[in-house]
Amino acid sequence: MSGPSIHVERLVFAYPDGRQALFGVDFTIQRGERVALLGPNGAGKTTLVLHLNGILGSVAGGSGSGRIQIGGSDLHREHLPEVRRKVGLVFQDPDDQLFMPTVRDDVAFGPANLGLRGADLEARVHEALVQVGMQDHADVAPHHLSYGQRRRVAVATVLAMRPEVLVLDEPSSNLDPASRRELADILSGLDVTLLMITHDLPYALQLCERSLLMDDGRIVADGSTRDLLGDAHLMSAHRLELPYGFDPLSVPGPER
Amino acid sequence: MHVPDGFFDAPTSVATGLIAAGAVGFSLQRANREIRETGPALAGLTAAFVFAVQMVNFPVGAGTSGHLLGGALAAALVGPWSAVLVMSTVLLVQGLLFADGGLTALGTNITLMGLITVLVGYFVIRTVLQVLPKRVGSVVPATTLGALVSVPVAALAFTGLYAIGGAVDIPLGKLATAMVGWHILVGLGEAVITAAVLSAVVATRPDLVYAARHLQPDLVLVDADGNSSTVSPDRPIAAKPTGRTLGVGIAATLLVAGVVSLFASAHPDGLEFVGARLGFDGAAKDSAVAGSPLADYGVSGIGNAQVSGALAGIIGVLVTIAVGLTIAKVASLRSSRADKAA
Amino acid sequence: MTGSAGDGLLVVADSRIHRLPAQVKIVALFVFVLAVVSTPAGVFWAFALYGALLVWCVVLAKLPPLVVMRRLAVETPFVVFALVLPFVATGPRVEVLGVSLSQSGVLGSWNVLAKGTLGVVAAIVLSATTGPRALLAGLERLRLPSTLVAILSFMVRYLSVVSDDLQRMRIARESRGYRGGRAGHLKAIAGGVGALFVRSFERGERVHLAMQSRGYTGRMPLLSESGAARVQWVEGLAISLAAVVIAVTARVVGL
Repeated sequence: MSGPSIHVERLVFAYPDGRQALFGVDFTIQRGERVALLGPNGAGKTTLVLHLNGILGSVAGGSGSGRIQIGGSDLHREHLPEVRRKVGLVFQDPDDQLFMPTVRDDVAFGPANLGLRGADLEARVHEALVQVGMQDHADVAPHHLSYGQRRRVAVATVLAMRPEVLVLDEPSSNLDPASRRELADILSGLDVTLLMITHDLPYALQLCERSLLMDDGRIVADGSTRDLLGDAHLMSAHRLELPYGFDPLSVPGPER
Repeated sequence: MHVPDGFFDAPTSVATGLIAAGAVGFSLQRANREIRETGPALAGLTAAFVFAVQMVNFPVGAGTSGHLLGGALAAALVGPWSAVLVMSTVLLVQGLLFADGGLTALGTNITLMGLITVLVGYFVIRTVLQVLPKRVGSVVPATTLGALVSVPVAALAFTGLYAIGGAVDIPLGKLATAMVGWHILVGLGEAVITAAVLSAVVATRPDLVYAARHLQPDLVLVDADGNSSTVSPDRPIAAKPTGRTLGVGIAATLLVAGVVSLFASAHPDGLEFVGARLGFDGAAKDSAVAGSPLADYGVSGIGNAQVSGALAGIIGVLVTIAVGLTIAKVASLRSSRADKAA
Repeated sequence: MTGSAGDGLLVVADSRIHRLPAQVKIVALFVFVLAVVSTPAGVFWAFALYGALLVWCVVLAKLPPLVVMRRLAVETPFVVFALVLPFVATGPRVEVLGVSLSQSGVLGSWNVLAKGTLGVVAAIVLSATTGPRALLAGLERLRLPSTLVAILSFMVRYLSVVSDDLQRMRIARESRGYRGGRAGHLKAIAGGVGALFVRSFERGERVHLAMQSRGYTGRMPLLSESGAARVQWVEGLAISLAAVVIAVTARVVGL
């Protein structure tokens, strides 16, 4: 089965409390692409990514309409377990993602739900922890880890499911510069389609060749990250600002 | 508030243990669907919240302080059956992880603080909601009243338990007066905090309030072309009309509690009123030391002191529940038969 | 409190009691406390023996005595209650230093104090030698319903997160010049608690979403890998069985 990794068409969604978050979202992401999802607070970015594995939206019984395809096939209730394996979601707050008593239990949670047991499960957990360099912390309780370590374990919990698409919600937020760089090294070494929500524009430029700009529940711009960040008019119209002294045209990016 | 080991005699502890086990089992069954929809995480987080909030003391008066029990609040937010599970979880963690509340007294503690406060609170909420305008906001006054009533009723149940299984004879009339009088004050604090919490939830996430799920307005949805349509909101768990079952149970509880307290005040009394007053005031004052919220779990344990009164109702509650459940069973059999006939 | 709320009272050490499976320790605690509670208050030597058994446990578990003493503070409300009993109880009275006390009140006071204290110390031995995860696995082994184990596990995991939120809110309040006192206290606390609830609740929802994202379908993975060996049961229950023997003897001899 081939086709684009993610295809979204005319997606509309309102929360049960009456707040409408998405007003018709369209975009397509091809296999192996690395895309940043930019936009001001409250633009609907997190709401959008929660649709990609069927947690929100009409598939989950919510109020909304539109069409979502993952790997070329429509999102259906019957496919949800398969879709949730393919699309790995890393939440913004690692404390939301790490809910089991120890790191090992947590990383094992996803693969165990896929049916892995015993030595297979053990190997899968180890593999994921090695990918993020946390293999020495398997028996630690999450609340004894530093924030940066928790973020890395959160990525491992998703990698343990061997996803085809990795979706991250603000991966660099609250990280110190060293943790931020370590995470970038981990992410750039992964062989997956990547969609990353971020307010950290240099991070977007460093890791993603393409960006989507979202505002008021719609996609308002779609293009190369460098072009988007270089468009001062577009940036200020959607409350985006580059860090002091940062020139997107003069730093190297992921394009080769 | 947490009864230690050996406070009540063995039969009382066993009886309340059975009540608690039955209540938890029944609640597990009833809450099964909710928990599958919203996830055990939500119940766990609610329990962690209740645990944390029980460590915050508020001033009650006369230099003493009380703290939230949270039974009525939990009932309004997650529904009565999940709330019983939440409160039981809190007590289990306090007993096993923090050595607070004896293990053999766990049943007593769950019965008093987990079962009675939740059921009484929820019954009041449902009753008041029938009278108030059909808006989500009505759940705030309803739950406030539920919180206010639930605490003294739990205190009364404690007195009832003491009458049946207390290790030492003390004048029950005085005990009841002191316990209930004191806990009306604690209940006021409970009511104020409950009102504030619910107002905050109703203002930000009205869809979260279990007791108000059936009062939600419809949604307006704007599609990709700008056309609006009205849809009914996502209601994963409609509040089921458990009112009748619950109502009968609570009515029976109140009846038994009332009888017990009548019996209590008629009990021969060999002690000076002033002595009792002095005694209980002494107990109350000691707890004022624990002023700082969440300073340390040990200290917050002292915070419980003034509430020390509030203990558990034993056989009275057992009988109550049994009577209530029997009546409810009969009532539901009748109504289903009536439905068939119609 | 040293450590965070998520660790309970655990004192990290390596002892025979630390190594016992949690389910054995929970059953042992329960049997021990049951024996203590069913002992008539007047048989003083039995309580002395129970106390000796517990002291032995504390030593075996390498628990610092000071830590155990400090944690006895949870018992305070009932110490107060117990001390009031001799003054308010009915029945024949005795004069002690010119104060009239009820005989049954004095005995009742002793009853509450002795049994309560023994129970608390025994519970401290359990909670100080067993980490939260082990405790959950033990409860799971003891066939506590899985839904309840799941709720417990989430509660324990997020205790420290929620408590930290609360702590931060208190610091924020105090750093803006709030010093306590009665007026406005309730209001300030209530507002904070309301916000805390919404935060906790929304976190609960997000955690559930995170679980669903990783394929959760309603069944949590088991925590316990293996059961306890017979030797471990015998070792763990030895002290509790001694307590049962004491309790039975007290009944027979004491009455």
